[in-house]
Amino acid sequence: MISAPDVVAFTREEELEDDLYREPPLPEEYSVPLFPFAGQGANPWAKVAGSKFTRDFILISEFSEQVGPQPLLTIPDDAKVSGTFDLNYFSLRIMSVDYQASFVGHPPGSAYPKLNFVEDSKVVLGDSKEGAFAYVHHLTLYDLEARGFVRPFCMAYISADEHKIMQQFQELSTEFSKASECLKTGNRKAFANELEKKLKDLDYTRTVLHNETEQQKKANDKGYYTTQAIEKANELASVEKSIIEHQDLLRQIRSYPYRKLKESEFHPYEPECALDRADVSSNQDLTASDPAEPGETHLYTHVPSYTPKLIKAKSAKCFDKKLKTLEELCDVYFFTQTLDQLHHIERTFRGDVCYLLTEQISRALLKQQSVTNFLFEDVSFLDEKPPEKQYRGCQGLGQDATDEKCSEESLAPKVVISLGSYKSSVECVPIKMEQEVEDPEEPKMSESVMSEHQENLDYLDADIKGSISSGESIEVLGTEKSGAGLTKSESQASLPVMPSPQAGRSKVGSRRTVSEDSIEVLSTCPSESLIPEDLKASYPSAINEEPYVDDEEGGLRFTPRLNPDIDEGQDDVSKQESLVQVDAACCIGKESPSFLEPLPELGQKVCEEDGVVRIPPQPYRPAEQGLRGGFPSHDGLSGGLLPYELDSRYLTGSREVSKSSLDECSDSTSYISSAASTCSDRTPSPAHLACGAGERHRKRAGQNALRFIRQYPFAHPAIYSLLSGRTLVVLGEDETMVKRLVTALSIFVPNCGVYAKPVKHWVTSPLHLVDFQKWKLIGLQRAVSPAGVNMLHALSRYSRYLSILDADSKTLRCPLYKGTVVARLADHRTQIKRGSTYYMHVQSILTQLCSKAFLFTFCHHLHLPISEREPEESVVNRRMNFLKLQLGLANEDIKIVQYLAELLKLHYIQEPGQGGNPLLRFDYVPSFLYKI
Amino acid sequence: KSSVQTIGEEQIQNPYTELLVLKGHQDIVRFLVQIDDCRFASAGDDGIIFLWNAQTGEKLYELHGHTHKITAIAPFSSSDVTEEKTDMIISASADRTVIIWDCTSGRQVQKVSCFHSTVKCLTVLQRLNVWLSGGSDLCVWNRKLDLLCKTSHLPDAGISALVELPKNCVAATVGKELIIFRLSASNNESEGWNVLEVKRLVDHQDNISSLVSVNDLTFVTGSHIGELIVWDALDWTKQASECNFWDSSVHPDVQPEIKLSQSPHETSVQHLTSDEECVFAAVGKGIYVYNLQMKRVIACQKTAHDSTVLHIEKLPNRQLISCSEDGSVRIWELREKQQLPAEPVPTGFFNMWGFGRANKQANQAAKKMQENTPMYFLELVGDLIGHSSAVQMFLYFGELGLATCSADHLIILWKDGERESSLRSLTLFKKLAQNGDLQLRL
Repeated sequence: MISAPDVVAFTREEELEDDLYREPPLPEEYSVPLFPFAGQGANPWAKVAGSKFTRDFILISEFSEQVGPQPLLTIPDDAKVSGTFDLNYFSLRIMSVDYQASFVGHPPGSAYPKLNFVEDSKVVLGDSKEGAFAYVHHLTLYDLEARGFVRPFCMAYISADEHKIMQQFQELSTEFSKASECLKTGNRKAFANELEKKLKDLDYTRTVLHNETEQQKKANDKGYYTTQAIEKANELASVEKSIIEHQDLLRQIRSYPYRKLKESEFHPYEPECALDRADVSSNQDLTASDPAEPGETHLYTHVPSYTPKLIKAKSAKCFDKKLKTLEELCDVYFFTQTLDQLHHIERTFRGDVCYLLTEQISRALLKQQSVTNFLFEDVSFLDEKPPEKQYRGCQGLGQDATDEKCSEESLAPKVVISLGSYKSSVECVPIKMEQEVEDPEEPKMSESVMSEHQENLDYLDADIKGSISSGESIEVLGTEKSGAGLTKSESQASLPVMPSPQAGRSKVGSRRTVSEDSIEVLSTCPSESLIPEDLKASYPSAINEEPYVDDEEGGLRFTPRLNPDIDEGQDDVSKQESLVQVDAACCIGKESPSFLEPLPELGQKVCEEDGVVRIPPQPYRPAEQGLRGGFPSHDGLSGGLLPYELDSRYLTGSREVSKSSLDECSDSTSYISSAASTCSDRTPSPAHLACGAGERHRKRAGQNALRFIRQYPFAHPAIYSLLSGRTLVVLGEDETMVKRLVTALSIFVPNCGVYAKPVKHWVTSPLHLVDFQKWKLIGLQRAVSPAGVNMLHALSRYSRYLSILDADSKTLRCPLYKGTVVARLADHRTQIKRGSTYYMHVQSILTQLCSKAFLFTFCHHLHLPISEREPEESVVNRRMNFLKLQLGLANEDIKIVQYLAELLKLHYIQEPGQGGNPLLRFDYVPSFLYKI
Repeated sequence: KSSVQTIGEEQIQNPYTELLVLKGHQDIVRFLVQIDDCRFASAGDDGIIFLWNAQTGEKLYELHGHTHKITAIAPFSSSDVTEEKTDMIISASADRTVIIWDCTSGRQVQKVSCFHSTVKCLTVLQRLNVWLSGGSDLCVWNRKLDLLCKTSHLPDAGISALVELPKNCVAATVGKELIIFRLSASNNESEGWNVLEVKRLVDHQDNISSLVSVNDLTFVTGSHIGELIVWDALDWTKQASECNFWDSSVHPDVQPEIKLSQSPHETSVQHLTSDEECVFAAVGKGIYVYNLQMKRVIACQKTAHDSTVLHIEKLPNRQLISCSEDGSVRIWELREKQQLPAEPVPTGFFNMWGFGRANKQANQAAKKMQENTPMYFLELVGDLIGHSSAVQMFLYFGELGLATCSADHLIILWKDGERESSLRSLTLFKKLAQNGDLQLRL
């Protein structure tokens, strides 16, 4: 993992490491008065007016037609989470910002009620009084008994950290869309079922009525109709009308454009079946719309036998009837799926945003190291089904198809920005833009580095000053629905708005103005529910073309002069530029047409810095913007996943407007101090669900490793053994102790292939040569029994292949180490206190080692003679010189790199299908006994 | 306790720094046979024969056909000028069958099961294009597995070893006797052969345990009680014999109790190998180098291993490899002694014989030995520890390394790590060149 060293301090710990925190307290007179609001373990960056809830949570609310907005459930489902936070109040707020024009009913000119397949809307809003910020995802579900057949719901991710919401917007939107999609799928199914039942009822009613009418006709031989008969006839007519209406509804719900989501593993049903159903039902076969095709045993195809009921002619909607619960509205299966997904979201996004971002960046970077990352990284974790949208860029631009698609899509945005729409009642505060304006070129990294800190402070300053209370107002800064990419008042005219290539797909550009007691809608964007399939695949929350163009009132609208047919190979930078120009032409932000220009260079510069990668957290974005080639990417699959890649979607909406990324690149600390200013959440923050366990393991391992390094003065030779491929046996009586040591040391064990780490935590039988081939770190039981004697015998027999760490007598028998790498890796005086921080430190050093091994492995002349006549010795000399001089390796460090290089070679020589014989490499070197 | 010479963990001259474990056998692996430059076969008590690639350790074929343990195996390449060279192996098993295998296809070519007893040894006479099987009788076969002729039933356990001698003769060891057979073309048929017993040599006091041909003129036999006899291969006369250079008890009648106190294994000549100058004998736990010209032992390592030495082989570079029941393989180098021959023999030199023996005897022996003080000595340059049980045999593949087989069911390929590493680099760059770049995402 690559981690910026100045970021690692912000990693969060799973649990408090008590022993590590036990440091001598300062004398009373020197101690600084404690932060007044700080409780135990409080986050010093937390806002003073802390939020009323302890951690992020997800809230599902409904705008009930009977009682109005009401919270339904929270995830995690724990009263402590929301604390004193007023869920009812917040539900009211979040439900009141649904701007979607969900329309169901009789549209003018249409005979029948028409179902709208309403898209979800996505809104970010903040309530500074409550200290709550939320990503709000509105969706509508169908309910035959509801008014207009719709039930508005919303799911909200509520956090005290607005930066998290803003910066993770895309990810949140993606994940929530999945949840919503699941919910809606279930709902459509349930709705269709409901309609079928209703139709059966109606059919039955019609038959009954018809019979009655016939009887009356027969009974009544007078030439005229009685009122009764007329009534009956009317009733019959209305039932028939109702039948037609319902049939139409059924047809509509079934003709819902099914599409197969890319995340097939997520999507809980087979769309083919759904289509079948649709086909079948289109026959208007009412009695058995689904004659349970044999073999179709899907949960949802199962239609329980239903006895039709007689429906009263006037089935008046009564308010005392009980509305269906959310669970009833959807299929139970889909409902649990949705809950699972929401839990997944909660786990994914909990914790400090800084940590999330660091995690994303390092994951993205690691993916680039496709050649070496198998050595120390959990490849399965990297390879795992990519959280597509988030890390799409990482998937390798080698996939040309995707790439092309990206550029196509990014080339053809119709950016529609409406200014002034939803102008809020808030006074917007002009923000000083002078810094940028003064220095519009800002071409040099160095300059920006210098100026940025200052600027950043200024912005913070502006932020504080700019917080003007606007009372109980709702401030809508931008909604997608209306085509408003951003909202701004005239007073804000100095604020530049920059549509980016991505603006087309998520027009979330909006600027938030802080105003107390207000709900601020920071940005919205429509859901993807109706996006054509091909677009959908890559941009789940994007609608490429704006169908609501006409809706906005008085909004400025412009379309970039970018034609879709512009050469796709066009330079990304120029793309950006042209967009910026377009933007400038739109009379906003004229002062700074070149904000984006310096960034590509900047990015490159950042990465050219050798040694430590200093990249502050920043949301990782897809790679359309390219900026390729700046990063030393080994394999030519230059991933565009440059961490510093600018994403103007966010930038335009964030306070730091265009320059925040500059800030972030140059001065991550100051960035963090502002970005991480709030952290509502004291919960652990695994950045990714799937790696939750792995994450925990890493932290534990990091912690244990730290302890090991402090405890054992001979940690260096032990770690050297592992890094150079010599099996280390941890011998001890106590299983937990041995296992802890093994866990600690496991982070130093290079992988031999893409399989699991060659670590065996606990063995009780005597070891054999084959074990050393397979395992590089073994926990071994010391037993007193005769078997134990055998075991010790085996150990001494194979001692040349082994380093033996005796956990009971605290001795280590292994070869001498005089190198320098391990000293940096495991400094017992390190100031690092947290396990995960130390883990990251280890990862960064190991990554350096890997890159050295990479260079060493793939330099042709280091291994093969330049000319045929060149003697072997000169090649050997060249090789050693390279290792010593070029790579700066000393003594035993050479062995480490050689071993890693050997692993690399083996890994890439190996035929794919073939497991390959495991090799055991060893050296005839003397071992020494280390004691404490 | 052990007087075995040991070498520390630092073994600069030991080239074997990489190993591959070849798994497949389910019982003791007793035989390794080289097929060609990079292939070898292994066989053992599980009755299965495996063909391996000596470079990659890849398992090429698994030959099933025998139902009992394999007792003998020999490579058999057809040298017919007209045909393409085909590599075959012959294997004999305790199930009283002999099978010929094709190493290229991994298939059974032919099977003979008309034996009355287990075939214990196989010899291919390339020159005559026939092969011999030795058991309770000696049979001569041609390539097509036609029985050409056979001897009458031999006493005792039958033939335990066969060696080809000049003039269409073979030497066979039967118990204590050494029998010379001669093959002669029969008069009536073109393909017919007759086998005749020419001579019986009964110079050995005990069962002959090893038999090796040194060159066209000489062959050597060794017996269980440590006699070594050098024979003339042409007239089958005794050229020289040594039976006291490792054991003073040449007169068993004088010290019968000593004889009893020693397990016969301690003096048994387990294996013999030779180069032009010397015969190398694995005797008990020791290794002895007998110079044919000087007709005496020039170097020895009385306790080369902790346990009986099972196999030794001379390498081209003055090195000697031995493997033993103690599970280790040791690499020795024959070096000239720097010190004066008058240097006193260290007292511990005869420790292994010191038990239950009068000091006088020991002194006598010491005196005797002092006269024969070798001018050379065997220096341990490396040991290979990997097997957990007796190493039965090994096969030296030169640059490719060394294959060892063991009673722990494993075969280990020992390789020169440096060489392997550069080979891998070569492969890597070849692969890169093939793919055009580094796009080898696996």
